[in-house]
Amino acid sequence: MNSVTTWSVLVGTSVLCYAIKLVGYWVPARWLANARLQRINSLIPVVLLSALVVAQALAVKSHVVIDHRMAGIAAAFAALIAKAPFPVVVVSAALTSALVYRLH
Amino acid sequence: MPPVSRRTFRDALSVALTVGAYGVAFGAAGVAAGFTVLQTCLFSLVAFTGASQFAAVSVVAAGGAGLSAVIAASLLSTRNALYSLQMAPRLEVTGWRRLIAAQLTIDESTNVALAQAPLGPAAVRHGFWLTGSGVFIFWNIFTFVGALGAKSLGNPAAWGLDAAVPAAFLGLLWPRLQDVRVRVIAGIAALFALIMTPLLPSGTPIIATVVVAVVAGWRS
Repeated sequence: MNSVTTWSVLVGTSVLCYAIKLVGYWVPARWLANARLQRINSLIPVVLLSALVVAQALAVKSHVVIDHRMAGIAAAFAALIAKAPFPVVVVSAALTSALVYRLH
Repeated sequence: MPPVSRRTFRDALSVALTVGAYGVAFGAAGVAAGFTVLQTCLFSLVAFTGASQFAAVSVVAAGGAGLSAVIAASLLSTRNALYSLQMAPRLEVTGWRRLIAAQLTIDESTNVALAQAPLGPAAVRHGFWLTGSGVFIFWNIFTFVGALGAKSLGNPAAWGLDAAVPAAFLGLLWPRLQDVRVRVIAGIAALFALIMTPLLPSGTPIIATVVVAVVAGWRS
């Protein structure tokens, strides 16, 4: 990956995310008052985060691969079910995955 | 302006510290994905919206195109538009102050602010500004720490960083899964992304799941 890609991702993400945050302060409230728009918008984080979990835990480029990361996700699941705080969830996933990776 | 209530201050500080400390994970993920320490820090300063930052660097790390990374990150941040819509009448900001209010409009500042409603409109404003600026300060400090740390670690897989990122996404998703209907939608989206992985260029299956949100949200 070259620096043109990383810089364009940085600039593109920053500009668009900031523009999106500005919307509510500049646009009349009724423009976004549509109930359907609000329902879809509230589901967008749910579907994207689900897809990101799958992509990050099971994909290597365009292949589905089951490896050490899966052990990490299982640990994260267990921590979430046990109502562990956010940092514990992430650290237990990292430790489990690292352990499986090193034993392999 | 009335003084800041102790409860508002405590709420803001505890959220700012916990969430801010998590910037370590972003700093590490950014460097592991191939961004420089400077670029990783600029992400936190300028983009400043956690889940979207993670999405952008992780699509790049997975070999996705730059455009896919930008689109995935932006779509994930569309909820900030609705937050700003809720905060605008409560903050009563005008002129250039709107530019700063916008930058600080994120999950944490909006949620802490709205939770102060029983204490009155001034507490809502205090909650927003204290939480927003607190998260901003800690998130940026810890991003820098994480980026420097990851640079000295070497192979991210040996330290479990490649599993920490999906675990973080799962942790962000978890509180939204209280409702059974939402849980089913999340399951369908995950399955959809899995099936699309070998069929579409990397990065695009994530964006494609927006179709699931549109179909599910079309009718009430």
